[in-house]
Amino acid sequence: MEFVSPEGLRLDGRRPMEMRQLRAEIGIVSKADGSASFEMGNTKVIAAVYGPREVQNRSQQLNDQALVRCEYTMANFSTGDRRRKPKGDRRSTEISLVIRQTMEACIMTHLMPRSQIDIFVQVLQADGGTRSACINAATLALADAGIPMSDIVTSCSAGYLNSTPLLDLNYVEDSAGGPDVTVGILPKSTKVTLLQMDSKLPMDIFETVMQLATEGCKAVANYIHEVLLEKTKQLDKHRGV
Amino acid sequence: MEQRLANTWRMTINEKKFIETSLLSDIRVDGRRPFDYRRLTINFGREDGSSEVQLGQTHVMGVVTSQLVQPYRDRPNEGTLSIYTELSPMADPSFEAGRPGESAVELGRIIDRGLRESWAVDTESLCVVAGKVVWSIRIDIHILDNGGNLVDAANIAALAALSTFRRPECTLGGEDGQEVIIHPPEVREPVPLIIHHLPVAVTFGFIGKENTVVIDPTHFEEAVMGGSMTATLNTNEDVCAIQKAGGVGVLPSVIMQCLRIASVKAGDITSKIKNAVESFNTERSLRKIKRHTSSDVVDVSETARKVDIELSTNHMDRLNLLSEDRRVAQRNDMKVDCQIIQGISKRKSDAKSFSGGPSSWDPYSKGVDSDALRASFASRAVIAPMKKLQDTKVDQPINKELKQPITENNSYVPPIEPIEVTNAKLQTNGEKTLIDAIKPKHRRRKASSQK
Repeated sequence: MEFVSPEGLRLDGRRPMEMRQLRAEIGIVSKADGSASFEMGNTKVIAAVYGPREVQNRSQQLNDQALVRCEYTMANFSTGDRRRKPKGDRRSTEISLVIRQTMEACIMTHLMPRSQIDIFVQVLQADGGTRSACINAATLALADAGIPMSDIVTSCSAGYLNSTPLLDLNYVEDSAGGPDVTVGILPKSTKVTLLQMDSKLPMDIFETVMQLATEGCKAVANYIHEVLLEKTKQLDKHRGV
Repeated sequence: MEQRLANTWRMTINEKKFIETSLLSDIRVDGRRPFDYRRLTINFGREDGSSEVQLGQTHVMGVVTSQLVQPYRDRPNEGTLSIYTELSPMADPSFEAGRPGESAVELGRIIDRGLRESWAVDTESLCVVAGKVVWSIRIDIHILDNGGNLVDAANIAALAALSTFRRPECTLGGEDGQEVIIHPPEVREPVPLIIHHLPVAVTFGFIGKENTVVIDPTHFEEAVMGGSMTATLNTNEDVCAIQKAGGVGVLPSVIMQCLRIASVKAGDITSKIKNAVESFNTERSLRKIKRHTSSDVVDVSETARKVDIELSTNHMDRLNLLSEDRRVAQRNDMKVDCQIIQGISKRKSDAKSFSGGPSSWDPYSKGVDSDALRASFASRAVIAPMKKLQDTKVDQPINKELKQPITENNSYVPPIEPIEVTNAKLQTNGEKTLIDAIKPKHRRRKASSQK
């Protein structure tokens, strides 16, 4: 099947190096300490952060740093066919672990010992790149909750089909069986914190695809900075400055 | 990576500092250099498809089993491959029995991605009836001892088990040709899986503030490290999977450097796995031959080797076949590479049908044909009944003849005695029989060596 037409257009009309449209909103879950929704094209994700609060399970308490917990679920209606198990299956467990460890890299946990930070991420619409959207949403939610972070984490995915590196795969391109590289970076230092890849790729092509995904992450980081700046200006206005 | 449960062992600050400081001078606690692997030993169980891997202190066992199932709806002509990991509580105090924890799931998924998504195992060859019946391969990985770096050890165990696994051969039969008949291993030789390449996992740990990179972290180093990365590569310079699930950030240049080192290590490990698998296969084929001759006093292969090949009798060809087996055992190919000219195919299948060994061989079953019986009886050196046989015509089917002497002679004479007793008798018998094909003096030599 052709994923890149001879004119250089993908199935949804994008260019190979073009990302999908990004949309973010902060503060959508009123009960949570921090929340955000993030859209990458048709993929829509909501993240809610509770914390820092008292550890619910005393046995898990860490005396020198905060305990970070994460739960990733996909809504039953998020994919084309109704999902039988929204959480608890192996993929969700792995992605929860991945998101938790990725966010732990940027949260300054040593500032909040003996406390707990919960990150709940729910996928409302899944069209490829849910992992990346979840990490971006979690970053925004953590920022909204006012949790001290050393740097934000942004994530983007890239693939390689029809001998072309493609940025930000959607579901059709993802399920084509080609490689899928998800990268999460800390934009200030451009250090890679999350890197996942499946399928097979020669090493030199992998480097190209990883660089492309990193560029995508930087673009997302710019957008997130804009959104946060906008939100801060609003807060300033409400304070009456 | 800190454990979450209260009953886990925690790292002391002194230990942590010690590990980090010694790494600054390129020394690791167990004396290795940063890019050295621990000692790797791969052992196999008796059955096909079970392996045991020891990587330093880490001890992992992998078992592969197969089953016929219905295929997935979106992949109707492909078999399935699934991986289950079990982190036994005896391996580590933080592992709990029952539901797999996060690390168990992550371990399973890393190996799963490396094997399935990179098309290491050919799943299309596992299809029996498209859309209805396919083979489902299940890999069970048991962690017996957690000495650190479970991913690499478990991956090697999975690869070794897959390389030695053989699934039963099945054919379509029945009235409508749609029924699947599974042939037991005694009837048809089980078939190995088609493996295109071996994706080997190499794990790196990033320790300390300078993010020193170490390969194959031990349990202690894992507790200290700020992040880890597992790269699954094969020897064709392909990256099959990468898992860096968060943790400390590293520069992309460091990642590429790690990948280059990983490809070298993957080559080493792949050759180790291949050597181990080859020696297992050799041993396996040797074992198969031995089972043929184990209950026989007469060391048939030895006999046959010395016997003149030009003697054109069925029996002779059979013995030759067995000796060929011995010689061929050195090759991995179990199919007897027959160099005998006359009537090869039929006898080949007969010989193979006995590869099950004495336990599955029934001398009274009607299904056995005369050729097979003749050869096996001769090779078994049950001479006492053969005595009577010599009085009858050679070309009559032996079934009936043999049945009489055996039923009459209730005491099944232990094989050793008849040879010595009847050697002389063999020589005195004027009529040419199959027994004469074997030169008697070799039997005597063998009998004496058997003592």
